Amino acid sequence: MIFFEKLKPKFWDYRDVAAGPFKHLFNFRRLWALAVALTSLVALIPLISITLIDYRVTQKSVESEVLLRTARLVSNTWRPVSFFLTERRSALDFVVRDNSYNALRDPKRLSAILENLKQGFGGFVDLGVIDSTGRQRNYAGPYELEGIDYSNQGWFKDVTNKGVNVSDVFMGFRRTPHIIIAVRYDLPNASFYVLRATIDTDRFNELLAHLEVSGQGDSFLINKDGFLQTPSRDYGKVLDRIPLHVPDFSPKTRVYEGVYPDNKQLVIGYAYIHDTPFILMIVKQKNELMKPWQKTRFQLIGFLIASIAIIVFVVLSVATYLVNRILIADQKRIMTLHEVEYSNKMASIGRLAAGVAHEINNPLAVINEKVGLIKDLFSIKDEFKGNRKLIELVDSALSSVDRCGTITKRLLNFARHLDVKIQMVNIGEVIGDVLGFLSKEAEYRSITVSINVPGDIPQFESDRGKLQQIFLNIVNNAFAAVKDGGSIDITAKREGAGLISVTFTDDGCGIPGSDLERIFEPFFSTKTKQGGTGLGLSITYSLVQELGGSLVVHSEVGIGSSFIVTIPLKMEKKEKKTDEGVAGR
Amino acid sequence: MRVLLVDDEKELVSTLAERLSLRDIEADWVTTGEAAIKSVASKTYDIAVLDVKMPKISGIELKKKLEEINPVLKYIFITGHGSEEDFMTASSELGAEYYLVKPVNIDDLIQKMKEILIKKEKV
Repeated sequence: MIFFEKLKPKFWDYRDVAAGPFKHLFNFRRLWALAVALTSLVALIPLISITLIDYRVTQKSVESEVLLRTARLVSNTWRPVSFFLTERRSALDFVVRDNSYNALRDPKRLSAILENLKQGFGGFVDLGVIDSTGRQRNYAGPYELEGIDYSNQGWFKDVTNKGVNVSDVFMGFRRTPHIIIAVRYDLPNASFYVLRATIDTDRFNELLAHLEVSGQGDSFLINKDGFLQTPSRDYGKVLDRIPLHVPDFSPKTRVYEGVYPDNKQLVIGYAYIHDTPFILMIVKQKNELMKPWQKTRFQLIGFLIASIAIIVFVVLSVATYLVNRILIADQKRIMTLHEVEYSNKMASIGRLAAGVAHEINNPLAVINEKVGLIKDLFSIKDEFKGNRKLIELVDSALSSVDRCGTITKRLLNFARHLDVKIQMVNIGEVIGDVLGFLSKEAEYRSITVSINVPGDIPQFESDRGKLQQIFLNIVNNAFAAVKDGGSIDITAKREGAGLISVTFTDDGCGIPGSDLERIFEPFFSTKTKQGGTGLGLSITYSLVQELGGSLVVHSEVGIGSSFIVTIPLKMEKKEKKTDEGVAGR
Repeated sequence: MRVLLVDDEKELVSTLAERLSLRDIEADWVTTGEAAIKSVASKTYDIAVLDVKMPKISGIELKKKLEEINPVLKYIFITGHGSEEDFMTASSELGAEYYLVKPVNIDDLIQKMKEILIKKEKV
């Protein structure tokens, strides 16, 4: 709140006390709010819209790129795996076609073939020849497996039916993970035999282990039941079941997104490897893949926030500046209107005073002559000469007529000077004229008014009407400030060459320091509830400036105030248009 | 000293004339410009005391007409309008000797008349 109080613009609490209710030309707060709202909307809506659109487009583009890259990686990986298996199956197929059953039953021959396959293709661990009953008739390899019966093994049944089989990874009699590739060869006697090879799964593992998968990714093979066929970094060892569901069959490489129990968003690419039980899966963490995008996103959001902050700052600054300027212009407008109103009021008072004065003067003159004649007759006729009572009564009547005459002459004089421009002025007379109107109030309220005008002050050129108004305003304020029985001192003196000062000192309530700084500001008033407009001293200040002078105030609460008017003895003859025309005199 | 008093306020002008008579000044009074012209044409006056504002013929117009009849006649203007300073400003234009603001002090008026006569005799 304190921070807001410091930043609060001038117009925020502005109330046009002089305009009265329902005469406000502007609601400055609403004007400011409207300017801020409209400008902000016009500036921010396109910026935010473009940023959001760009955000969405870029996000989509990055996501699409991630999916595409994953699909490409899956596609590039399943081919070597498929080729590896196909190559070995074809080699076995070649062996059965190139060798007779009897030749293959020769252990030396089979061992030689195994050695050739190991050297030519690699990955072969052993070879076995199995007759149609499922019994292994010949074996070349590191284990003692000759004579084993495979008739109940799934792969044997499968190869018997389909002619070829690539098995899942299984432990088998060896108790180590391996796969089997088996091919059937039909003999002319309607019987058949099977050539079976064990393939080292390490070759698979190496193939997938060397794959560079971004986004903390994992690549592995599973079978169609969801069991791992190669080790996985995240999902376990060979023959463990993966926690992901087995993807639906697709003849093509597919990529999809999913959220899994640990709330990780995953990008999963897979491909079914043809004629094998294997599914190649590459699993990436989406958050990792989107990290470059996150960085861009933070930069974008940062740029957006900075732009919005700058725009809002500029909008607030410009709107505040403009509304403040409108406030100043409006205050000047109201000030001018009030000056015109004040001038017209003074002119009206002058015309009224002159009218009243000459309307009274004629009957007053008749009374004067009639009473004068009575006095003449009393003075001449012997029968009234000795009657002092009658003479005193007549003198009293004549004295009252004289007092009325003085008042009407003062009114006429005051009204006359409201119109007069630059002329020779006697400062003592001007002060006397002004105080003449307030002498009765001073008498009733027992206010002591002392005037000190030294004889060395010459007559000087000035606008007597303006001087009257200046002095009248200040003296009126002094009368308002002092209590009954108080005192007001008016002292004129020369201030160096070409200047005189008139100091009005009262022993009234004084003005607080905080108000003293703003006392000449238009519309500043501590008496708004009593009908004050806050323009009296402002107009007085303007009038003093028009005379080429200055107005200074010193005040202390509880002790009193001093208003010092300093004016030049010779003023430049420049008349404002408002003096001539606006007042309409 | 013969004085002609001209003012549309009958009560004022008649009383003033009576007071002047009591002070041995021969004073006639009229309330219109036409009557004043007739009076000046038929009788010789030293001074004419004219009200500035009168119906039909104002004091200023009347002065111009009376000057044609009696070129040596001197004038004092009295008025309830404006102030003495106004008349002093206008005196050179109107050619009047003195300007007095109502209500007029009779001693002031007689003093001004005497001053006019002294000036006239010197001339």
